[in-house]
Amino acid sequence: MQSSKIWKTIRLCLAAGLMATTSVAAFAAEPLKVAFVYLGPVGDGGWTQQHDMARKKLEAALGSAIKTTYVENVPETADSERVFRQLAADGNKLIFATSFGYMESLQKVAKLFPDVKFEHVNGFKTAPNISVYEPRFEEGFYLIGVVAGQMTKSNTLGFIGSFPIPSVMRNVDSMTLGALSVNPKVKMKPIWVNTWYDPGKERQAADTLIAQGADAVAQNTDSPASIQAAQEKGTYAFSIDADMSSFGKKAQLTGSTEDWSGYYIAETKKVLDGSWTGNRHTRWGIKEGMVVMAPLNPDIPPAAVKIFEDKKAAIVAGTLNPFAGPIKDSTGKEMVAANAAMSDATFNSLNWYVEGVEGSVPK
Amino acid sequence: MNPLIPMIASTVLAATPLIYAALGETVVERSGVLNLGIEGMMLIGAVAGFAATRSSGSDAVGFLAAAAAGVALSLIFGFLTLNLQTNQVATGLALTLFGIGLSAFVGHNLAGLPVARLAPITIPGLTAIPVIGDLLFHYDIMVYLSVALFIGVQWFLTKSRAGLTLRAIGESPGVAHAIGKPVLTTRYLAVMFGGATAGIAGAYLSLVQTPMWVEGMSAGKGWIALALVVFGTWKPARVVIGAYLFGGVTQFQLFAQGFGLPIPTEFLSMLPYAATVVVLVIICRDPKTILLNQPASLGHSFHSAA
Repeated sequence: MQSSKIWKTIRLCLAAGLMATTSVAAFAAEPLKVAFVYLGPVGDGGWTQQHDMARKKLEAALGSAIKTTYVENVPETADSERVFRQLAADGNKLIFATSFGYMESLQKVAKLFPDVKFEHVNGFKTAPNISVYEPRFEEGFYLIGVVAGQMTKSNTLGFIGSFPIPSVMRNVDSMTLGALSVNPKVKMKPIWVNTWYDPGKERQAADTLIAQGADAVAQNTDSPASIQAAQEKGTYAFSIDADMSSFGKKAQLTGSTEDWSGYYIAETKKVLDGSWTGNRHTRWGIKEGMVVMAPLNPDIPPAAVKIFEDKKAAIVAGTLNPFAGPIKDSTGKEMVAANAAMSDATFNSLNWYVEGVEGSVPK
Repeated sequence: MNPLIPMIASTVLAATPLIYAALGETVVERSGVLNLGIEGMMLIGAVAGFAATRSSGSDAVGFLAAAAAGVALSLIFGFLTLNLQTNQVATGLALTLFGIGLSAFVGHNLAGLPVARLAPITIPGLTAIPVIGDLLFHYDIMVYLSVALFIGVQWFLTKSRAGLTLRAIGESPGVAHAIGKPVLTTRYLAVMFGGATAGIAGAYLSLVQTPMWVEGMSAGKGWIALALVVFGTWKPARVVIGAYLFGGVTQFQLFAQGFGLPIPTEFLSMLPYAATVVVLVIICRDPKTILLNQPASLGHSFHSAA
């Protein structure tokens, strides 16, 4: 960590130095400077890689009108505040903060730089110059459940969860609901590893779930370890953030990935034409192309593919809401009434398992 | 299948890299040198092993490259602490930070690439035995080599003349020097041995446990190996038992969750660390245990002129 931080500082200093020498000359037609702050390395094969792919697409789409930079490996600590301040001072006018944990740093820095526009992923605190964007992960996980429910032979699904926070609980629940919609006998076993990233532990969790009978295991931790485990044991797995089929061609059935480029291009255009505003909360799903299903495994029978495609089309058309009632929790209590949708308050603070999930929610 | 068998198999898988790293560090510390750079050497070993296996297709080449990379990094440590007599704690910490950064830098283009996993060996006749075959004869070669390493280190430290010299140097380098023992050479060899085993431990992560390279994939295992050396009071047998215990507790928490035991997951995640702290407290409760077992010159530089 430390030395990557040093590299970053060197890079920032170089950038600052370059700018000081060039800013006078290039005042007239200066491109809009857009910066990206990443949690991991751009080669992480998942979350950060997807953001950086979108950054490249943004550059390709808007060409010389913009100039992008990025800083990788920025921890979710007070360090991130320094990085944001530096980027803003360097003349970046639009800054994308691509991890939840930057929220407090962003609030502080945004006050100091009122003319810089900030975009924050998955957060819930906005400001006049901070807008928030979030993918509808639950749509992806609902469809993962639809595939898992049809492909499981043991009727036992698994989920390797990072932390039992609402945005992850939604994935466990929507995957279970998706599976139950095609296979009422399905049971879901979640295991919480209390880390976002620990390949060894994720691997152990996957081995454990497989040993306990789960033959289709999804995850929302960051490494492809569970896909490797499934490939070796001949069971099924699902990728997260990026397509991970290179780690298990037979094992990966599909996956929930993100394509941020549509949003990044739209927001940058808004800044360019002056129509950008703060205090917005944008949630995009499959319809808008922010959530993209990884390619389907050719081993999935055509009938199952058809059901998957129909459900996907229904989600896009707006006729299928993963969290439409009736929904019971794992104790049998009705949480969402029939013909009702889940309220925003419930959605944002979801902390219970739906019926079909085994065990009790970690408190 | 009995659910206990995969649990035990996973425990062995989790414990093996700890055994390599901790046994190496045991030898290093018995010679009176404290190398806190295990985490960094493991990561360098992980990336070197992964890269070598990917380009050569051979796991043996991968593990050898990992050991060589670990040795190379440990030589930096050796030169700084033994020749230039820098502070061992600070140098070891620097080595870890250096290893984390260097491995990330070198491995930047290796992230996201697959490599075939080192397959378990099958022993004709033995692997097929029900239960016992699954339990004892179904691991990759590195697991069996870790047992051999334990026997070798145990023999070396307690039965060999060179091991006696090494321990004497760890207890009192001045006296050992006075009777003509090569303090610096012995310490150099010990540090290199620790580098090689830490490198192999890292390669075990990137070639066997999760066959891929990702930045920081050791996720703190180097520090656990360091704790295990104290945990085992610098005795190889106790170090190995500690590694299996630690692996077992880590594995147990995942199994307990899968079986739906109503124990908070945060508590379960804490267990391996809590167990380590408890054992360390028990060991330290009697100052004599530490005093009698800790190499007396651990962490001190040696001036041959003195």
